[in-house]
Amino acid sequence: MTGRMKRWDIWSLITFVIFAGYMIFLALPLFMLLIKSFFDGTTGDFSLAYFTKFFSKAYYMNAVWNSIKVTVSVTVLSMLVAGPLAYIMTIAKIKGSGTVRILILISSMSAPFIGAYAWILLLGRNGVITNFIFDVFGFRMPDIYGFSGILLVLTLQLSPLIFMYVSGALKNVDNSLMEAAESMNCTGLRKMWKILVPLITPTLLAGGLLVFMRAFADFGTPMLIGEGYRTVPVLIFNEFISEVGGDDGFAAAISVIVVLFATAVFLLQKFVANRKSYSMSALNPIEPKKLKGIANAAAHVYVYLFTILAMMPQAYVAYTSFQKTSGKIFVDGYSLDSYRAAFAKVGDSIYNTFIMAGITIVIITLAAVLIAYVTVKRKGAVANLLDTFTMLPYIVPGSILGIALLVTFNKQPLVLSGTAVILIAAFVIRRLPYTIRSSAAVLHQVNDSIEEAAISLGASTMRTFFKITVPMMISGVFAGAIISWISIITELSTSIILYTGNTRTMTVAVYTEVVRGNYGVAAALSTLLTAITVLSLLLFFKLSGKKEVTM
Amino acid sequence: MSVAISFQEIVKKYGDTTVIPELSLDIQKGEFFTLLGPSGCGKTTLLRMVAGFNSIEGGALAFNEKVMNDVPPGKRNIGMVFQNYAIFPHLNVSENVAFGLQNRKVSKADQQRRVSDILNTVKIDIYKDRMPKNLSGGQQQRVALARAIVINPDVLLMDEPLSNLDAQLRVDMRNAIKSIQREVGITTVYVTHDQEEAMAVSDRIAVMKSGVIQQVGSPRDIYQRPANLFVATFIGRTNVIDAKLEIGTDGEASVVVGRDYSLPMLALQSQVKPGESVAVRISVRPEEFVLSEDGRGLAGKVVNNVFLGLNTHLVVKLDNGQEVEIIQQSAANDEVNIGQTVRLAILSETINVYDASGERNLNRGTRI
Ligand SMILES: Nc1ncnc2c1ncn2[C@@H]1O[C@H](COP(=O)(O)OP(=O)(O)OP(=O)(O)O)[C@@H](O)[C@H]1O
Ligand SMILES: [Mg+2]
Repeated sequence: MTGRMKRWDIWSLITFVIFAGYMIFLALPLFMLLIKSFFDGTTGDFSLAYFTKFFSKAYYMNAVWNSIKVTVSVTVLSMLVAGPLAYIMTIAKIKGSGTVRILILISSMSAPFIGAYAWILLLGRNGVITNFIFDVFGFRMPDIYGFSGILLVLTLQLSPLIFMYVSGALKNVDNSLMEAAESMNCTGLRKMWKILVPLITPTLLAGGLLVFMRAFADFGTPMLIGEGYRTVPVLIFNEFISEVGGDDGFAAAISVIVVLFATAVFLLQKFVANRKSYSMSALNPIEPKKLKGIANAAAHVYVYLFTILAMMPQAYVAYTSFQKTSGKIFVDGYSLDSYRAAFAKVGDSIYNTFIMAGITIVIITLAAVLIAYVTVKRKGAVANLLDTFTMLPYIVPGSILGIALLVTFNKQPLVLSGTAVILIAAFVIRRLPYTIRSSAAVLHQVNDSIEEAAISLGASTMRTFFKITVPMMISGVFAGAIISWISIITELSTSIILYTGNTRTMTVAVYTEVVRGNYGVAAALSTLLTAITVLSLLLFFKLSGKKEVTM
Repeated sequence: MSVAISFQEIVKKYGDTTVIPELSLDIQKGEFFTLLGPSGCGKTTLLRMVAGFNSIEGGALAFNEKVMNDVPPGKRNIGMVFQNYAIFPHLNVSENVAFGLQNRKVSKADQQRRVSDILNTVKIDIYKDRMPKNLSGGQQQRVALARAIVINPDVLLMDEPLSNLDAQLRVDMRNAIKSIQREVGITTVYVTHDQEEAMAVSDRIAVMKSGVIQQVGSPRDIYQRPANLFVATFIGRTNVIDAKLEIGTDGEASVVVGRDYSLPMLALQSQVKPGESVAVRISVRPEEFVLSEDGRGLAGKVVNNVFLGLNTHLVVKLDNGQEVEIIQQSAANDEVNIGQTVRLAILSETINVYDASGERNLNRGTRI
């Protein structure tokens, strides 16, 4: 806004309220975590004991090493798998590519630990594929528990993110750039390496960061399929859960280290990406062409194989949800027993999920509209700080936010632990960014003069906002809200820390049922989650008129 | 009810940079007033100060004596037409136009009547239920205009309202704007950097450069008696030629161009004493050159010749190497060949003479 007079108005108040919310539910908890990590839990004295303990014991350093190995491998592998996938889907005509894209999107939206448990059912010690291969070829597949299993699950789960990022960037590459390169006799792989790769590198890095953060923070997957392969989130969870009521300072100390590490990675990525980012928009995007012969077959095989592997967990889980069960074991024949059992046993978790996610989404929608407006149209020191706050959830893993909230709000003056409020607060903080981003994206398109026109016609600030600005943003807001909604109902790492008997969510229920070996109930609930996700996505497509999602 | 606008030593600063230093200007009631100047000279800035979207760092802005500096935009009763129209995309044509009325205490019936009246005036009544995205550029422009004037504003402000339209439509729309303005009689401040457009619509024009007004006057004044060389070259095309101003012993002034081409000047004001001479610069419009028949005039060689139907444009290289532009009415057999030597006479009654710096017009009766 050029030279608008700085006035105290209703927006200052709104900014203040939102700011206060972030201070209470994000800044304060993180600060409390920091304090806790530096003070001895029993004596209350300042001490570096937790940190020395962490860095001096091979047991802990081993977990750090494991986490780094997993995270780096998953990130690199995802780029190697999804980069070519996006490239193929951009240049080559693939039969059913629309469906393929939607399936890949759906696969990326499920909770990773559901993938882990599905792959255990498929490739585990007693998995159907393992047994099948043993029966037919008489040989035992290598074990998937531990590092390789985590790698498989997280790569399949997270490479769709890179696929979506890179596809988006490739869509913005103008075909004339390719033709110009060809006209200068730069063709084939050389053209790809010299022109395309540099252009999409910033996007690849941004997608890579997202994958890195998610793989680093994921706790359900190593917990289920890791079998003793301890990563840092597992460590934090175990320390925290086993020491509830006692000394949770050590979990806090590990959390602080993790957040510092994540911040460093985040800043590094920003630094690299900023130095080589291009703004592109293609008048004449690359058209997919029909490939010939071997190339065509190879392209199809690659795309279909990836899609099948990515969809396999959800498809198989859905299949088993309709299998007959006897106790905890699947038997021949089909029935809806698992669903009946699910509603009977953990029906409350479905109810909880809908209520809490519903309330969260209302708050998110409101807050996102206001925050997007403040940060886009009312630039200033406070708006910038707010912008930074909204970015924080990208680098604070969900379980750590959960712990931070718990250590802050489990004592006077504000006791929230065990209530739905603390879960909702965590959900709001973690999933706001999606909606803010999509709202801000639309708002950037809205020219300042539209609002000035309304004001010059005598409308008040609030009337201008509600009558003019909000209606113009609304499609972006709803689109973002749906993505936030999906990510709330499928999130585990925060809820597993914060839930109690009364506030159990569906993902928590799936997780506990899987751990207990009640695969039928778990499958029914997971399938329900997938169904809700698919329906929500359909709604998203209808509202946004788009066929893709940006995260 | 329209108002007179007065700017009294108005100052605009962005941070430490002063964009408009102490500008004073009076715009009369009901006048169509245009701010004209090159890109970045501060036209938009000044207009937005009138609208209230830009703060004022010094001086006073008054509507009919009432100081407006601290009145918020919504309370100034202005109508504003934006360069990109700023039509509300989610409201249809009548809703767009009615928006301003809804913010005022106007009854529903009155609203409807005024909206349909104004849509008639701007000739888009048949589109009243259309959504903006289904309108052409010119139609959107009319909606923007209707929306701005339906509230009976005291002042109508327009910032390059036609710059997004194609050439032919621009001409049609500027005529429409002019006639609608005359019909409703609102004081109008119009911003453009298209001088032909400014000439066509304005009662008076202010030519600006770097935040400073160079000249205020009617389109005719500004074209025929530009206050300085900047205005002369900015408005229309002209040839600037170095010359000498000589005052004869009898006090008669003449301008000597080239070696010995002397033009008697009747209405010059200067401090030069009889018998002395001083360097000046003259501005000769292309149509103020004629091909000389009697052998008097500046010698030169034709280097280009473009036939444009009604007119023929010539470029002539003078003996001193300077190239000048000439516009002649085309006649049946007046073809001048490239390379041909010619003599150029100057129509001395209409040319303008400036001091050597180009800052001051020496022709008597120039209004600044
Ligand atoms: N918000 C701002 N902050 C700093 N400087 C500004 C700002 N807005 C405008 N300026 C400067 O003020 C000067 C005048 O700008 P203004 O927009 O009024 O020009 P203009 O005459 O309308 O130009 P144009 O014909 O290109 O629209 C320019 O030098 C511009 O760079
Ligand atoms: Mg401008």
